[in-house]
Amino acid sequence: MFKSLAPPEYLATIDREKCIRCKRCIQNCGWGVYSWGGDKIVINTSKCVKCLRCYHYCPEEAIEIVDNPTKFKNNAYWGFHNIRNIKRQAETGGIPLTGMGSDLPYTILFDNLLIDACQVTNPSIDPLREPMELRTYLGKKPSSVELEKGKDGKPRLKDRMPPQIKIEVPIIFSPMSFGSISLNAQKVLAHAARECGILMNTGEGGLHEDLLPYKDNIIVQVASGRFGVNPEYLNAGVAVEIKIGQGAKPGIGGHLPGEKIPLEVARTRMIPVGTDALSPAPQHDIYSIEDLRQLIYAIKEATNYKPVSVKIAAVHNVAAIASGIVRAGADIVYLDGFRGGTGAAPSIIRDHLGIPIEYAIAAVDDRLRQEGIRNEASIIAAGGIRSSADAAKALALGADSVAIATAALITMGCTTCGKCYTGNCSWGITTQRPELTARLDPEIYADRLVNLIHAWTHELKEILGALGINAVESLRGNRERLRGVGLDTQTLDILGVKPAGR
Amino acid sequence: MDHNYQKDISGCGLTGLISTKKRMIGGADIVKSLCLMNDRGNGLGAGYAAYGIYPKFKDFYAFHIMFDEPSVRRTVEEYLKNNYKVEKVEEIPTFPVKAISISPLLVRYFVQPLKERLVGEIAEDDFVVNSVMKINSEVEGAYIFSSGKNMGAFKGVGNPSDIAEFFRIEDYSGYIWTAHTRFPTNTPGWWGGAHPFTLLDWSIVHNGEISSYGINKRYLEMYGYKLTLLTDTEVVTYLLDLLIRKHGLSIPAAAMALASPFWKKIDEMEKDDREVLTALRQTYGSALLNGPFSILFGHGKGLVGINDRIKLRPLVAAVKDDITYMASEESAIRAICPAPEKVWAPRAGQPVIVELED
Ligand code: SF4
Ligand code: SF4
Repeated sequence: MFKSLAPPEYLATIDREKCIRCKRCIQNCGWGVYSWGGDKIVINTSKCVKCLRCYHYCPEEAIEIVDNPTKFKNNAYWGFHNIRNIKRQAETGGIPLTGMGSDLPYTILFDNLLIDACQVTNPSIDPLREPMELRTYLGKKPSSVELEKGKDGKPRLKDRMPPQIKIEVPIIFSPMSFGSISLNAQKVLAHAARECGILMNTGEGGLHEDLLPYKDNIIVQVASGRFGVNPEYLNAGVAVEIKIGQGAKPGIGGHLPGEKIPLEVARTRMIPVGTDALSPAPQHDIYSIEDLRQLIYAIKEATNYKPVSVKIAAVHNVAAIASGIVRAGADIVYLDGFRGGTGAAPSIIRDHLGIPIEYAIAAVDDRLRQEGIRNEASIIAAGGIRSSADAAKALALGADSVAIATAALITMGCTTCGKCYTGNCSWGITTQRPELTARLDPEIYADRLVNLIHAWTHELKEILGALGINAVESLRGNRERLRGVGLDTQTLDILGVKPAGR
Repeated sequence: MDHNYQKDISGCGLTGLISTKKRMIGGADIVKSLCLMNDRGNGLGAGYAAYGIYPKFKDFYAFHIMFDEPSVRRTVEEYLKNNYKVEKVEEIPTFPVKAISISPLLVRYFVQPLKERLVGEIAEDDFVVNSVMKINSEVEGAYIFSSGKNMGAFKGVGNPSDIAEFFRIEDYSGYIWTAHTRFPTNTPGWWGGAHPFTLLDWSIVHNGEISSYGINKRYLEMYGYKLTLLTDTEVVTYLLDLLIRKHGLSIPAAAMALASPFWKKIDEMEKDDREVLTALRQTYGSALLNGPFSILFGHGKGLVGINDRIKLRPLVAAVKDDITYMASEESAIRAICPAPEKVWAPRAGQPVIVELED
């Protein structure tokens, strides 16, 4: 057989002295790196993706996965990934796929922003002694509240508020469909969302009946493939999201190959078993903003006016697009930045299209304020939120809430190996192979995800306390409490942030 | 929406009083009360506001304007002539004080918008607010620091007694008074930066630092307010103007929006109250004043004291006969009212609302 000219990225090695030949590595590896050679483990290292499942489950610590020291000659211009992709394309003639968010070294604005703290002139607040409020309501707000006198003389609301979704922490889970991730992974998200008083999102794969008990913490999504969409589905959750685009692959659709459509996925998506699930690039009934408006209102009519979210990828003109979306009647604008993850995307698209979320939040928040319509919709920011500090910075730039996916998957074992598109995820996350998904016990892993949300909640409270504020409303859009380090004047201008020292 | 501003920071002392029966109280009392808190200021700013001082011109907006140099006066007067009926113009009486070597030119105008200028739907007070915003942001060296009816602010760079002497505060009588001494911790020196800060007949004195300033400012900008002073007080004033005058909220409702109860407390309320408070918080989250503050705000019909949500700055209130006092320190009240009937420290976030009898 022709040996690939793209050398393996990793070398899986076994210390033969330590190995007791228990074969757990064979069992655990979803990629088939290990096999039994009659008297010892045989390694096919070209299949290794460094997901580290085998390493964790080897009882003897006999396994080591090292970066292949044999690389192409160092070249500051022709990077490893450039040469590798060319070799792969020369062999296959296809588009190299990838998973997760882009790992290329573009500037990370979050890492160039620092948060303020109180000293002397205003006291900091101790979150262990004083209440710290993170509760957030997503949805359209009126610009003012009208009160009238009730029968008892006390003030009463004159008009009902538009529907609001309450979340206890401004961190929710990004859409990930059943199909792209396993049902068990979705259950982990649903369970944790309910426990933490936040939200998960079905993604475009429909809603499996096992998730129905969690419906008060679920947003259902309608995307270009319209999988699993019917009136019951639209009404199942607390809101409906129209997916226009995704940060990792703006402007292109999705393709879930037939091998990954077993019975359960097929039923949930309402398509035949084993057929490819194709999500066209655009929604074929949305070619303009007027069309979007019609769909928004069609969904509102079908759901007795539940909040509608519109998810777009952060692209160059994101401010004007978001403004149009708000004017078209959306209650939530979901912005997905360039670093956002994916189950499968062409790496050329993932790595080169779109803009980072930090710019998008700043531009959209500014534009909606300039137009006097910031109250008309909430902004959810996603695409590369790695920590509570990133979340705090996103909120300070102007987001109402952030959404996380990769961080949530990491609590389930994911190591961001980026091979989700293969459907072999050894952690049972981005796979439908029953022997792999069975490893992801929803209850055990939900606890870990709940821990993460609780930890970030505590950290956010500490940040608020240091800022001398006790409600997240006072952080949201408060760019005065951010400073840029090492950013040029124009970037600072776009972010609306002063340089450190000013 | 420039973000490259430098925010003004200061600590301070404040005091205020109101006679609900509209008895005229001479300026000497408030001066004495404020001077007792000298250590809360550092001589870099003090001021007074009084209601009921211009009964003869009570139907006219009293514009108190400071000019850095006489030449801009012409520009402003040209504008006023084109847009207002100017009933009377006079320099604000001032008296030489040793400690105050330089002061701007201080002039007051009693004016009414010209009918023909009120085109379209624009309300008279909106027209006045627009004029104030325009002159303060566009005419360099001119600054309208008071624009209400039958009330006025007097303020400048100096300590409380010098400013009082400079303006002869004793010579004025009013039924509501507020006063303020300042401890700025960054560049001082501009007369317009002292408190009270006023707009129409709102007058605000404020002690504290609004840690939510950045979002409060951006929220107001969405409604067309131009923030030129970059002080917390300016933000408080405009928020009150927006919530009460433009959105028509009652004073208690506005106070609830600015220093909202915690969710825990709101959740425990009975349904109707809970709905109101929840809606206020959801809608006015960006107007929430967060950080340590105590505020007194005077208006044509009363005086209100507000504390932050966890009371990080002092505020004491007292009552004697028809007069309610509020100050940073009890001693500042007792200096002018040695035996009040009742003295109390208002609870965190609980406004003290006093209204004039009709
Ligand atoms: S898991 Fe470890 S000990 Fe077991 S066979 Fe594999 S390398 Fe050997
Ligand atoms: S989900 Fe699985 S395949 Fe995807 S990056 Fe994480 S570990 Fe790798």
